[in-house]
Amino acid sequence: MTNPDLRTMDDQRITPEGEGAPRAPLPNRAGGAATTTVLAHDDRQVQQAAPGISIGNLQAYYRGGAHAIKNVSLEYAPNKVTAMIGPSGSGKSTVLRCINRMHEETPGAHAEGEVLLDGQDIYGGDVDVVAVRRAIGMVFQKPNPFPTMSIFDNVAAGLKLNGIKGVDLKQRVEESLRGAGLWDEVKDRLGEPGIGLSGGQQQRLCIARTIAVQPQVILMDEPCSALDPIATLKVEELIEDLKQRFTIIIVTHNMQQAARVADTTAFFLLGELIEHAPTDKVFTNPGDERTEQYVTGKFG
Amino acid sequence: MSTTTLTLGSRRRHATDRIMRGVLLLGTLIALVPLVAVVYYLVSKGIGAWSVEFFTKDPTGNFLGDQGGVKSALLGTIEMVALASLLAIPLGWGVALYLVEYGRTGRFAATVRYFVDVMTGVPSIVFGLFIYVTLVLGGWGGSSFAGWKGSVALALLMLPVVTRSAEVVLLLVPDGLREAALALGTPRWRVTMRVVLPTALPGLVTGSLLAVARAAGETAPLLFTATIVAGTTFNLGERMNSLPVQIYTDVGSPSDALVQRAWGSALALVTLILLTTLIARLASRRSRIS
Repeated sequence: MTNPDLRTMDDQRITPEGEGAPRAPLPNRAGGAATTTVLAHDDRQVQQAAPGISIGNLQAYYRGGAHAIKNVSLEYAPNKVTAMIGPSGSGKSTVLRCINRMHEETPGAHAEGEVLLDGQDIYGGDVDVVAVRRAIGMVFQKPNPFPTMSIFDNVAAGLKLNGIKGVDLKQRVEESLRGAGLWDEVKDRLGEPGIGLSGGQQQRLCIARTIAVQPQVILMDEPCSALDPIATLKVEELIEDLKQRFTIIIVTHNMQQAARVADTTAFFLLGELIEHAPTDKVFTNPGDERTEQYVTGKFG
Repeated sequence: MSTTTLTLGSRRRHATDRIMRGVLLLGTLIALVPLVAVVYYLVSKGIGAWSVEFFTKDPTGNFLGDQGGVKSALLGTIEMVALASLLAIPLGWGVALYLVEYGRTGRFAATVRYFVDVMTGVPSIVFGLFIYVTLVLGGWGGSSFAGWKGSVALALLMLPVVTRSAEVVLLLVPDGLREAALALGTPRWRVTMRVVLPTALPGLVTGSLLAVARAAGETAPLLFTATIVAGTTFNLGERMNSLPVQIYTDVGSPSDALVQRAWGSALALVTLILLTTLIARLASRRSRIS
């Protein structure tokens, strides 16, 4: 994997040729297998190296100087799922939104410190915010497909909206929908509106939309909090699959979910990072008393 | 024992509920009276004036004998309102987009919003006077009175209505959609053009039609800008007739036939607005799913 170049933003940059190593096709989930050694349609292996993220001395503020994130430093390992947990107002979502610079879209908000994607600071002076967001995709709490677009157009939105050419749209849409485990459910009605799907399907549609622009990192902001248990299970299985290709950072209110999907878990409280450790350790033998109180349900 | 208490309490509440419902229904019926009366008079008095000649002949200006139809007024209204819409709607949407997507909470945006509100309350005759003083007396475009000057006056009238209604509709577009598009690495202007505008389109069209309807019915801004002439013209640089102004002059005349023609014109004006609304509604509904 070559370093993503964030300095200049050229629409033609994100094409299969422009990315160094070509992306392997996605695994076909129809077979149900989701292991690291599944071979795709050709002989390339599915496993792909994604870059890690490293944040250092991150400070984030909201309008009026409210100090939401206090000096947080954290490493997100490549091709792993990192969960961020903590009570409401602990700053976990704000940290997430700093990683693809969505935080600064909130009026009056700003961030300081560094966020390194594969060694490059995304807050660097010559970095294009649009390029950052193409490399670091995001899935939101509420499923938010574009209401004016069909299922197909929703998945293709990232490419169409950005005028990216030289991509076989049909193929990319199919790949992405397969990658999101939605292809078999929607392949016969790609022209229907995306908002006609159920909540769980809509969320997987949003995941397909995110992976269609071929980012390297996927941020998920409580992606299952609006879904029922069965839809949640599907998304969690999907996360397992997706980490073969992407580095995944997930914010969740649901501690069981963190325990199920995350390799490592970071616990936040009042804007500070209290503890970051392998998930097993956080839930069974936390290093900090406050973490233990939170994971055992004494507060929060 | 307890059952009795419950029944007593709910009986009174039921009575209150019934009375309040009755009051609201009565209020609705009272509000409907003038509405129905206007439509009834318009149709009953106006339909008699409609004939082939009414739509195909220009007013002759004769007081006795053949008085002609209102072709020039009908076409003049369509032309001037069309030009006014072309001026006011894109501009108004642009201002609203700026306020919602970029200005948001800034001081400049707040000032613009304030002046738009003030403009909404300005009487239409003031816009007419303003154009009269600046464009007409100034002899802009080589002539004094002209159709396009009427359009500008109408556009000024429409601008605050278009802007305000568009702003409200754009604010209804969920922030989640903007964030979703931004997070895909879409530049802000593309988010605005490709996601926000299409999502808000049906509402934008409805709001703008209110402004179109208002402009089509205005007399005052046209009196000293486009004035009144008998003949049909497709040149917006000339004086131009319009339905409201035609009604204004016809109604003031002592001839029964001319008063009758005024009713016919009024009905034509309302029908015109109704048709425009219908067509635009259908068009925007179709464009939503694509």
